[in-house]
Parts: sequence; structure tokens; C-alpha cells
Amino acid sequence: MSKTETAETNGISRRKFLGTGIASAATVSLAPGVSFINLAHAQPKPAGQKVDDSKRWGMLIDTNKCAKGCDACVKGCNDEHNLNVGDEDLSRPEQQSQWIRKVDLRDKLTGHESSLPLMCVHCEHPPCVDVCPTGASFKREDGIVLVDKHICIGCRYCMMACPYKARSFIHEELTMQSENAPRGKGTVESCTLCVHRVDDPNNANPITACAEACNKEGHEAIIFGDIKDSNSEINKALKKYSTSAIREDLKLNPGVRYRGI
Amino acid sequence: MKYLQTMLVMLTVVLLNTIALADVPGPNIPKANAEKCVEPTQEMRVNHMEYILHQRDDTVHEGIRTKQHSFKNCISCHAVYDENNQAVNFKDERHFCSSCHTYAAVKIDCFECHASTPSKQSVRTMSLSKDDMKKAHETRSEK
Amino acid sequence: MKKVNYLEIEGKSGGFFLLLAILGGIIFAGLLGVYHMEHNGHYVTGMDNQIVWGMPHVFAVFLIVAASGALNVASIGTVFGKVMYKPLGRLSSLLAIALLAGGLMVLVLDLGRPDRLVVAMTYYNFKSIFAWNIILYNGFFAVVIVYLWMMMQQSMNKYYKAAGYFAFFWRLILTTGTGSIFGFLVARTAYDAALMAPMFIIMSFAFGLAFFLLVLMLGYHWTERPLGDDILRRLKNLLGVFIGAILYFVAVYHLTNLYATEHHGVEKFILAGDSVHTTIFWVVQILLGSIAPLMIIYSKLSASRFWIGIASLLVIIGGLAQMYVIIIGGQAYPLDIFPGMEIINSTFADGNEYHQYYPSLSETLLGLSGIAAAILIVTLGTRILKFLPDSLADKDINPHHKD
Repeated sequence: MSKTETAETNGISRRKFLGTGIASAATVSLAPGVSFINLAHAQPKPAGQKVDDSKRWGMLIDTNKCAKGCDACVKGCNDEHNLNVGDEDLSRPEQQSQWIRKVDLRDKLTGHESSLPLMCVHCEHPPCVDVCPTGASFKREDGIVLVDKHICIGCRYCMMACPYKARSFIHEELTMQSENAPRGKGTVESCTLCVHRVDDPNNANPITACAEACNKEGHEAIIFGDIKDSNSEINKALKKYSTSAIREDLKLNPGVRYRGI
Repeated sequence: MKYLQTMLVMLTVVLLNTIALADVPGPNIPKANAEKCVEPTQEMRVNHMEYILHQRDDTVHEGIRTKQHSFKNCISCHAVYDENNQAVNFKDERHFCSSCHTYAAVKIDCFECHASTPSKQSVRTMSLSKDDMKKAHETRSEK
Repeated sequence: MKKVNYLEIEGKSGGFFLLLAILGGIIFAGLLGVYHMEHNGHYVTGMDNQIVWGMPHVFAVFLIVAASGALNVASIGTVFGKVMYKPLGRLSSLLAIALLAGGLMVLVLDLGRPDRLVVAMTYYNFKSIFAWNIILYNGFFAVVIVYLWMMMQQSMNKYYKAAGYFAFFWRLILTTGTGSIFGFLVARTAYDAALMAPMFIIMSFAFGLAFFLLVLMLGYHWTERPLGDDILRRLKNLLGVFIGAILYFVAVYHLTNLYATEHHGVEKFILAGDSVHTTIFWVVQILLGSIAPLMIIYSKLSASRFWIGIASLLVIIGGLAQMYVIIIGGQAYPLDIFPGMEIINSTFADGNEYHQYYPSLSETLLGLSGIAAAILIVTLGTRILKFLPDSLADKDINPHHKD
């Protein structure tokens, strides 16, 4: 019998066994090192560097974990950006700014009730950006949709165009702005995905104020992260679970997705 | 005609001298909380609006938030405190920006949106120390 | 047929100055309202985060649409070669400029940051139909002024046809752009329709002509200049055709929407709801604004100038109502963010009830001041330059007139 025949009849050759064995041993010993390197890839952007499309920031909200009656996320956002601190006391409630709001739903057919936070969903093809006459409503390379209030003329066309009614107009003079969130009379604003936290060069894993508040409350319904980073929690969750976007029929491809709607 | 011209010239000269020699009070600009500004003082006096105008586009559209040209830093470093140790806001004439802008009668609308006082946190963490200044100048030369 | 003689209006009578005073007063009141809104912020208005465009926009869009339609009369003379309309060309162009100026004034003064108008003229997002409209509106002024110049200056008369053709196509593009402001919005079920642009063009024909008829009749009556019946008969018949066309477009728009189940909600809201919009739609827009003027125009009543004036006024009121239903009704109907779901609770008025809108005095005055500004421009224009023929009697302008 030749060597090759022996190898075939035995099922696995010595060479093969040795090769596999060494490879596995190497992997086992190197694995901690490799995963170390992978973690190190989640670098914060240096302060002087422009944002690019290597990252796309997004959110995954699990409505099954979202508790009806809880509005920790709303309070978290309000505290972070000094919203609803009595600065807009001359405006009617319908005129006051809301960056994130809680909505309770009931399915008309099945009767199933759910609760979820709703904010600017940072579309990949934002209608608000398309319609802004001055380009003040724009999408950053990393997917965050913002209003450049330096050139916003307050025409409110973006508010007409948004399918999610995510934008608010400031109806009176403000004096209690947070230094992280400049906002002023006559301009339009919406959720910024806490861009001031995202851009912080000292923070490798930024988290939005709403997600942070939800975690503190114990519900952990909001995951924020870089969708393009294969090691991020959100990327893994999006791959694992079935998720959808609100008004998916409009094909805007939002960065904020939901489970359970 | 020549008589009229001469009179006019003399009148202008006298007027200008009067204005130049008159004791017009200058603006009372309060001192900042650090040793030096991020750019030379004279450069800042003349061109601070250019820095603000260009940096804002870099920050908003490109996400560039260097400490050196951070508006938050300008505000916290140039904050003015009153008797109760509270930072005065833009409406108060003692505010750094107000002190000169009310004097020059140039209206600015930055503070319609931006906070004109630092948050308590930023006063602690963002005032530039000597080491920060050195780092800031190094990054500037790299750019 | 003798050559048309254009003459400035005399502008010395007590009535003239009274008119100027009234118009000036309305404009002043509107500007006071603007100061109130701009200084305090929009919280003083009835507009909020649900109804973001209100009365000022109703008036502004109405005036802009009417402006492009007012130029129609000049175009019928220049582009379509109808001899009897040619003497009306100058007034038609003046009215077009005036109405557009009034509409733009209202639109710009309602901005959250009107001090940033220069920004709007220098930063352009060319994907935005709004940005294109800014170019189209400013261009319209230039194009019509050139057209007027060529009509009014003897040595340039040979070029006026080219200018007239250019103006005609420019205004078609402009009105298409104005309609597309709404037609391009995917978010709202009331708007997302390609039909909006042509519907706005047809609306412009009717509103512009109604304004023109009123200005013509009142102008010639107050200056005691002869105005023949022939031209009025043609104009009022044309108005009838345009009103019929609007009814057709409105019918097609609603019937198409009714066919799609997705749009049933907003259709029920407008056509058979319990809100003010249903009343305004049926009573003011359809009955008063379309059916009543049609009945007047195609009956013996239309032999009387008074009734032609009433019909024109009704068309204008109906037009304002149509704008109200489109702009405010379209926003009052809540966005269908979660199809198939019922919203039990929301802190941002996402629920299933429609949004209420109560216009404040400031914003309504601003809107009215736009109309006043337009009429003021026409009044002053005809006083300063030769826009009005001194006679529009049948024997003077109708080539087919038989004595």
C-alpha cells in the first residue's frame, strides 16, 4: 500500500492533523492578542480630523424592552441639551421643542400594545436635506443629520418634509442654552445623536444621552454605536435580530432602527 | 474758490485733531483666565471674526473640535465673574465680548444660539494650562 | 384701428390719495405685525411645530401663483397674437410684478431669521425646489422688466416678442416650481402628487385673470377712461374656462386620491370631516369660489360689470380658500408615521386627531399687507409711467368692431 492510499483510508493524514493542531494551538495562544487588536480598532476620531464615511452612527431600539410610562430617555436628552428647563415658557406646548418623544401604540388589527421613543432617525436619504434651500440641513459623512444653525433662515420647509415630524422650530428667545447644544430663536433643530459626545476625542465609546439614561433605568432598550464597525454591539445585534425601520416604504434607510414594530 | 478750498481743508484738519486729541474712553476689556490667548493678541483683535467664521464650518460640517479653536474654550477662558462668583452673560456689559462690542456698536448674533457663559464643568476642565497651551501650539504647527 | 395711446393716470383726486392712505395703512399694520413676530419670536403666532406654515404662507403662495397668471393676458397678446389683448400687455406685466413683490414680501417677512435673507441668496442647495424658486422668482422680475422695457421703449419694440415668449415659458417653469414645493414632499399624504404642479398652473390662470379683471375695471372706472364691453366679454369668458379647468383638476386630484386606500384618511378629513377645512373646501372653495362665479359668468348677469367684478372677487376668495385647504389642511391631518397602528399617547401630538390652527392677528395682517402692497405698486406705477391706454373703448381696440 502506498503512503497516499494509507492516508485516504485512514480518513485524516498525519500532515493534516499536525497542520490543524498547530493552527489551533496558534489561534488559541494568539486569540487574546487578536481580540485585543480588534478592540483597539474602535478608536475615537482625533480632534483635528474630518469625519468620513468609514463610520455610520446609528441606534437600535428594542420596543419589547421599552416600558410604557417610562420617559427616562426623554429626560436624559432634556438634561443633556437643556431642553424643557423653563426656557421656552412663553411658547405653547405645541410650540415647545421636542428632540425625542415617547409614543405608545396599539396595533389596530391585533390589539398589541407597544411603546417606543421617536426622534430624528438620521436617514441615509433625508428628505429634510433635499428640501433645505440654503443647505443648512445637511448630512455629515458619518451619517448624522444636522442643522447648521449659522445658515438656517427659519423657513421650516424641512419640518414640512420630515416624515417623522422630528424637527422643532424655536418660537422664542432662549437664554439657558447648554454649551453643548447651541439653539436659538428662529432656527430649526432636531436630535443630533449627541454629536458633541460622538466627536469628543477623549471618548472611544460614545453613548447618547438617551441610551445612557435608559441603561441607568435598567431597561437597556437603546443601543447606540457605529453600524459599520463589525465589532460593535449594534452591528452584532442588527445581524442577529430581525429589525425594521419606521416608514420603511419610503426607502430612506434610516440609521435608527427598531425591534418589535 | 481757492479761498473756500483753503478754509475747508483747515476746518477738516482742526476737526480731526480735535477728535484725535479728545479723551474718548476706550472699551474696558476684562482679562482672561489664562496666561495667553490661543493666537497672538493683536491677531485676535483684528481677525477673531475670521477664526470664528471658518472654524464654525469646520466644526459643524467636518466634526473638527480642536481644543485650540473651540468656541466653548473661548467662552470659558474669557468668562467674567461677578461678586457672587457667577459668570456674567452676554447681556451684561462686563461680558468679555459685550465690553468691546457695545463700545464699537457692532451687533453680533452668536449668543442668540450659543451659551455665553461656561457650564460649571467646563470651567474646571477646559481652561488652558501652560501644558495645554504648548500642546495647542504644537498641533497648530502640524496642521 | 388707431394706434394705442398710453397715458399715466392723473393721480390728483381725493380718491387717489384716499386709496394710497388706505393701502399704506394696511401695509403699516402688517409691518407692525412683522415687528411683533420677529422681535418676540413665533410664539406670538398661531403656528407651531405641527402647523409650521400658516396664514402668511397661504397669502404668499396665493399671490405668487396669481402673479404668474397675471402675466397671461400679456402673453395672449404677444405669444398667441390676439390683437385685442395687446393694449393690455403693459398693465398685465405691471400687475404680475406687483403681485409677486407682494407675495415675496410676505414670505420673506415670516422667516424665522429674516435678517439672513442674504444667506438665502448666497448659499444654494440645488437639490431643493425652494432654492430653485428663489432663482425663478428673482429672474421673473428681471424677465418681466425687460419685457416691459421692450414694449414701452419705441426703439426696442422689435424685440418685445422674443421677450414675451421668454417670459411666458419662464412663468410656466416658475409656477411648476411653486406647485412642486408641495408636490415633492413625500412625507404628507395630501401633497405627494405630481398633479400639484399642473394644478398650480391652472390656478394661476384663474387667479391672475381675476385680479386683472378687477384692477382693469376699477382702474378705468376711477380714472373715468372708456372701457369697452368687447374686451370685458372676452376676459370674463376666459375666466369661466379657467374656473372650469380648476374644477377639473380638483376633481381629478381627489378622485385619484380616493382610489388609493392609503389616502382615504386625508380625503375623508378634507371632504367629509368635522373640521373647518371641510367647510372651507365645500362652501368657500367649491360653492363660492367656483360654482357661483361660473353661474354668474355664463348667465345674463355677466352683461353687468358689477357682476363680473363680483365673479372675479369670488374667484379670489375661493382661491385663498383653496390655498388654505391645501397648505393648512395638508398639515392639520396628522402624519401617518405608523400605518395600521393607533397612537394611544404621544407628547408631540402624533395622535390621530387633526391639529388645530388659530391664526393670530399679526400673521393675518401680514398676509393682507401683501395684497395691499401689490395694489400700491400698481397704483403708483400707473401714476408714474405710461401703463394704461387712455382708451379701451371697443372702437379703439377691437379690429372687428362694427358700429
